[in-house]
Amino acid sequence: MGVKIFYAFIALIGGIAYGLLLGGISRKITARMQNRRGPTVFQNFIDVWKLFRKKTAISHGVMFYLAPIFRLLGGAGTFLLVPIVVGNFYLSNFSFGGDLIVIMYFMVMGCLGMALGAAESGHPHAPIGVTRGLAQMAGQELPFIISVVVLMIVDKTTSVEGIVMAQQGGILHWHIFTYPFAAIAAFISLLGMMTSYPFEIVMAPQEIAIGPPTEFSSTFLSYMFSGRSVFAVAKYVLFMDLFLGGATNLLWAFLKTFLIFLWPLFITDVFPRFKLEQSVSFFWTWPTLIGLIDLLRIYIVR
Amino acid sequence: MGKDKFLNEKPEKLTYSGVFKKIDNWARARSLWVVAYGTGCGAIELRPTFTSRFDAERFGMRMVGTPRQADVIVVSGYLTVKTLKRVIRVYEQMQSPKYVVALGACPINGGMYYDSYNAINRLDLYLPVDIWVTGCMPRPEAILAGFKRLQELIDDGKADGWKKYIEALDWYRGNQRKIIKNWRMPNYNW
Repeated sequence: MGVKIFYAFIALIGGIAYGLLLGGISRKITARMQNRRGPTVFQNFIDVWKLFRKKTAISHGVMFYLAPIFRLLGGAGTFLLVPIVVGNFYLSNFSFGGDLIVIMYFMVMGCLGMALGAAESGHPHAPIGVTRGLAQMAGQELPFIISVVVLMIVDKTTSVEGIVMAQQGGILHWHIFTYPFAAIAAFISLLGMMTSYPFEIVMAPQEIAIGPPTEFSSTFLSYMFSGRSVFAVAKYVLFMDLFLGGATNLLWAFLKTFLIFLWPLFITDVFPRFKLEQSVSFFWTWPTLIGLIDLLRIYIVR
Repeated sequence: MGKDKFLNEKPEKLTYSGVFKKIDNWARARSLWVVAYGTGCGAIELRPTFTSRFDAERFGMRMVGTPRQADVIVVSGYLTVKTLKRVIRVYEQMQSPKYVVALGACPINGGMYYDSYNAINRLDLYLPVDIWVTGCMPRPEAILAGFKRLQELIDDGKADGWKKYIEALDWYRGNQRKIIKNWRMPNYNW
């Protein structure tokens, strides 16, 4: 177990680094799409270091201190529950039977901690962002849960490892090809989870400055930054496990997560922003209906 | 813990010394976050500086919407007494280390508003300025050159206006109170 903890810790460090690097790459790609040079791909590392070493003179109470920790723990916890390479002792982290449900709880935990902390910071933009974020979460969770339920019923298991094992045996066994409608619903829901641009209503830089973390500075912000990065990587890895057949070695894991990372990025760069009610009603109609097609299909077939 | 401590409490002197000093300065110089607050007409030149045409992001700079997360405040052009009050609040809410860039002729000597009844003439009486960029208005190239110079200063550890501000706080506060008649805000805004 001690060895396991050690390797999971190393995987966590690697996950944070990979997340920060992906963030830098996304800034670079966005810059090239806007016909400018953009920062280096390592810009996020520099930012995090600078923020980590800045002084802070603000205090708003206990929850204010705990919120960034919650955020980091939410991200790290999700990451540690998802197996990166299934069957590999060193890279399957702490995944165990029945973990998909735990993962779905963990994905919400970071946001809830953040919501409490942001509400205590007392800035008027923070509760606006928080209420929007929670409403949006109610929107995006529905199609995601429908598609996850489809996979659970089909593979007769709730463990991510089981779902990965059920997809082995060639590219056409991947769930993105066997259950395309569920996959479409989940990938649209991923856009909401990543707050990528048509659904960017939580931070909403044009409207409420930066939303929930308005009052957070310095070290707090660097924790949030790294928590956000590793949370993003956790979601990419989860989607890879659920729909792209997992990975047999690290190289495949990098390649597939990078492909999944490009999807919200390209959507972000070309779209304007929804309002909250538009966003939630979109999630509750189109991806939900698309996901229901596969649910109905397996209901009729079986 | 448990109580807001950003009001009416003099800040303690912050000292930065340690093994990480060099790498800290290196990182600070390459990650300048500018608070998106335009005080005067010079703010119009900041938009092209930060968007596609001149692209300040390639130097690691970006605009942030909140003073808590910002490193640099750009005093862009003339400062009326009313705006000075806001600038002081914004500056004091920023977390150390923080830098001030004064843009244009007006913060230096008043510029074309030198005899105005409500615009201040010299910014460095009220805030510690790290970089002056002259011109009326300075073009984005001049602003970028100023930021590059600021980066060099930070790299060398010479941009320490924020230290001076805390050391000479009473002097700065005296000057500020002399010109701001209705000081209806907390004594300290950290």
